[in-house]
Formats: sequence, structure tokens, C-alpha cells
Amino acid sequence: MTRPQEVDTAQIRARYPDVFERPASARLATPAMIAAALAILIYGFVDLDFSPSRFFAGLSQLGWITLMMIPPDPGSSLPIYLKALGETLSIALLGTTLAAVFALPVSLLAARNIVPSNILRFPVRRFLDSIRGVDTLIWALVWINVVGLGPFAGVLAIAVADFGAFGKLFSEAIESADQKQVEGIRASGGSALHEIRFGLMPQVLPVIAGQVLYFIESNTRSATIIGIVGAGGIGLQLAEQIRVLEWQRVSFLILMILVAVAAIDFISGKLRFAIIGRRAVA
Amino acid sequence: MTTAVSILPAQQLAALNAAYRQAVSRRRLRLLLGTAIFAAALVLAAIGAEVNLRTLFSYFGNFVSYFDRILTLENGQRVWTDVGEWFWGWRKWLKMLAETLLISYVGTLIGATFAFALNFFAAENTSPAPWLRFVVRRLLEFARTVPGIVFALVFVIAFGLGPMAGVLAIAIHSTGALGKLFSEIVENADMKPVEGIRSTGASWLACMRFAIVPQVTAGYASYALLRFEINVREASVMGFVGAGGIGQELVVAIRKFYYSDVSAILLTIIVTVFIIDIATGWLRGRLFGKEART
Repeated sequence: MTRPQEVDTAQIRARYPDVFERPASARLATPAMIAAALAILIYGFVDLDFSPSRFFAGLSQLGWITLMMIPPDPGSSLPIYLKALGETLSIALLGTTLAAVFALPVSLLAARNIVPSNILRFPVRRFLDSIRGVDTLIWALVWINVVGLGPFAGVLAIAVADFGAFGKLFSEAIESADQKQVEGIRASGGSALHEIRFGLMPQVLPVIAGQVLYFIESNTRSATIIGIVGAGGIGLQLAEQIRVLEWQRVSFLILMILVAVAAIDFISGKLRFAIIGRRAVA
Repeated sequence: MTTAVSILPAQQLAALNAAYRQAVSRRRLRLLLGTAIFAAALVLAAIGAEVNLRTLFSYFGNFVSYFDRILTLENGQRVWTDVGEWFWGWRKWLKMLAETLLISYVGTLIGATFAFALNFFAAENTSPAPWLRFVVRRLLEFARTVPGIVFALVFVIAFGLGPMAGVLAIAIHSTGALGKLFSEIVENADMKPVEGIRSTGASWLACMRFAIVPQVTAGYASYALLRFEINVREASVMGFVGAGGIGQELVVAIRKFYYSDVSAILLTIIVTVFIIDIATGWLRGRLFGKEART
């Protein structure tokens, strides 16, 4: 056994003052942040009407609701629900495709390596940002005012909301593309359009296809909820059944949504692998 | 200097050319097939979603004029000519906005806490038992897949109208989403510290606390901030189903055609989302360096 060397604490302390006596600001930073976070949390509980009695009353109510949900039972409306589910999937597919088609040209305008001018790019980016700042549900409400209740409003809502997201994602994909191939096309005398078509697109399209597939997947989820404000699909049925407290039907509808989302997940995962190989999709 | 490009004899060339053409035509065929299937799916979807291009074209003017209308005050002037009149309800709206932010803050914090408690059971490398991992993963998946607003609809009935339902809905949805992301961070963590601590005879809890947590806190905080950003958006629509926040004001304004109010509230929401985006981005960059900005 070797005994540890005698250490002269005072000497070490003198040599590394920072380790032994961290300045008060550094020592207090973490507790102060935690205290501030907790203070806001407690203020939030008070301000948002949280009370233990209300919470536990709600919890027992929730327990009853869960019990009443078992077993899931569509009643006699299974065909209607299946049709609504088909509607939801249609909304997701159409909305995403529309968004992708319109976002591609705009994303070129927002990409640094295509439009070098900051002045031109800035408004396009802010425009896309403000579209993204508005939730799909709000867009659905707006479109309902324009084309009336029904799934078509849902398609347009998803298309507009995703247009903003795609514009940003596509332009990022374009910006991260390898510039050498574009230069190669330019060196062989290609025009600007040739550069985009043969230099950029072959690199960017697989990435974009992956993103579009991913969005179809996530839009299946969004499409289920826009029905709540009246824009068609299974959300409409779900909101109605919740309002009339038909809990068995509600649980059946939720199960249907879960199964549909899982199925779409599975399919699009396979397709993504087929299109872009085993590369991860951002 | 001359470069010699060797040209193959015609016979060999013809065979190569034929093979090349065959490969190209096979690829084209596959592409064509894929496009055809996709187009067919689109047509089917269009029928399913009752797409009516005539409605769209005849009403598209409405869409444009809708924005014209929401940017016009009741006296027929543009909204920005009289900002005081445009934002007449700013006191009330700011209060609702603060409530929205509070809902997303409390919801995110509760969700992150639960996700933190659960994610070690869901991660492949730290879960104490396979059956526990399976159960926790399915639980998180459920919380993640059911949209937040559906939870809100149910909670409004169980807990009564008001922001509490919104907070709980956001908390549950965040638990699901963050639980998955957190457990992925844990799966990427270095296991050597765990082995080191276990070799001293420490319990599972001590292993997590002293080997895993120090590695992952930065990632956790980064994802939680990102989630907060998303939850602000989510909370802004919770009011649609009566679960508190500024969405309540917005849906009333849209449904009752208070046009200039719609644009004022929308602008408030957009600006807030911008500010939160920038602030959390800055905070993440500040706290965790550039690489954590995903």
C-alpha cells in the first residue's frame, strides 16, 4: 500500500485560488436560476387557478372518464369513422404535396448560395417566418371563412402552414449543398438555371423527399386536430363525440388515430430508406 | 501536352452503351412508376378531401380580401393609420398573452420533470428491466401521439374550463416528446463513468445521478428550451377549446368577424413567437455553445 503524499492544502489553495474559492457570482448562479424558475412556477400555479382540491376532483373525474372509455366501441358509426379517417389521410397527403410544390421555388429565393443579396433574401425569410408563426389551427379557421366548412379548408390550412416550414427547411438544404458541382456546371458553360437543375437538384432532392415524407407523417397528426375547428377529417368526429360524452366512441377514435399514425410512420420510414438510403434525415 | 483519350473498339463500345442505356431506361421506368402511383394517390386524396378547384378559384378572391378586411378598421381606414384604435384591447390581450406564456412555461416545466423521471427507464442502456422499458416507452409514445389539443378537450371536461386544462394537456404532450428525446441523449451517453461508479458498489440511482446526469443535463436543457418554444405556439391555440390563453380571444374575433381585432391578435402572437424564438436561441447558444443549437 502506498500512502498518499502529504499535501499542503494551504500551498495548493494559494496556487489555485479559483478552484477553492469560486467567485460568488459563479457559485450563486445555478441556485439563483433554480430559485427564479421555481418562483415563476409557483406564481404560475397561483395565477392559473391551480388548487389541490380542483386537481384531485379533476383527477377522479378523469378516472371515471377512463373507466367509461373501456371497451372502445364504435357503435354503429364505423363506416363514417373509416371515411373520416380516409379524409384525414387525404388532407395530410394533399396539403403536404401542395406545400412542397409551392415552397420549392420560394426556398430557392431564400437560399444564400442562390440569392447572395441580403436585401432580397431578408423579406422572403421574414415572410416565411411569419407564416410559420401562425399555427395550423388558426390557418384552418381563416380558410373556413374563405372556402367554407369541410376538408378542403383543412387541405389549404396544412398547405399554407407547411409552406412556411418547407420554405425554411428546403432553403437550409440548398445552402448546405456542395458548391463544387454547381461550379462544375458553370465551368462547362451552363446557365443559372442549368446550375440549379443539374448542380443543386440532384443533391437536394433526396433530402427534400425525406423531409416531405416526414411531414406527411407529422401532418397526419395535425390533420386529426384541425377537424376540431370544423375543417374536416376524423378530428371533427372526435370533438363531437367528446362534447356529447360518448366516451367509448372517443376511445375507439383515439385508437384509430394511433393505429393510422403508426401505419403511416412505418410506411414512410420504409420509403425514406428506399429514397435516401441509410442516411439520417434531419 | 497532349492527353490521350483511349477510345474502345466499336464492338466493346456498343455493348457498354447498350448496358448503359438499359440501366438508364430501367431507372426511368422506376421513376415513372413511382410518379404514377403518387399521382394516383393524389387523385384519390383529392376526391376524399372534397377538393373543389372551382370553389377555390371563385373564392380565392375571398382569401385575399380577407387579409384586406382584417387590415381595415371599422371606419374604413387602414389599421396602421390609427394604432390606438387597432390595438384598443391591448391591456386585455397582453394579459391573455402573459397567461399563454405562463401556460407554456408551467406545462413545459412539469413535462420536463416527468420526462426526466421517466427517461432513464426508457433508454436502452440504463433501463433496469426490459419489461419496464417496454411499458414506459409505450406510455411516452401514447402521450406523444395523441395531439395536445385532444388532451385539452378531454381535460376541459374533467377539470373544468380554464388554463389548468391547457397546462395539463401541454405537460402530458411534452412529457411524451421530451421523454423520447431525453432517452435518446442517454443512449448516446458514455457508459464508462457508469461502470466506474458501479464498480464501487453504488446503487442504480447513484449510477444515474453521478455518471449519467452530469453528461446529459446540457442536452436536456437545450431540448426543454426548444420544447418551450413549440409549446408557446401550442398554448396560443389551446383557447380554441376553452383551455385558456390568447386563443380564446382570437377564436371569438374570427368567429364574430371582428376583423381588425383578428389582425391585432395575430400580430401579437407572431411577434411573441419571434421574440421567444430569438430569445431561446440566444439562451441556448449562450448556455451550451454553438453545437447545441440544433
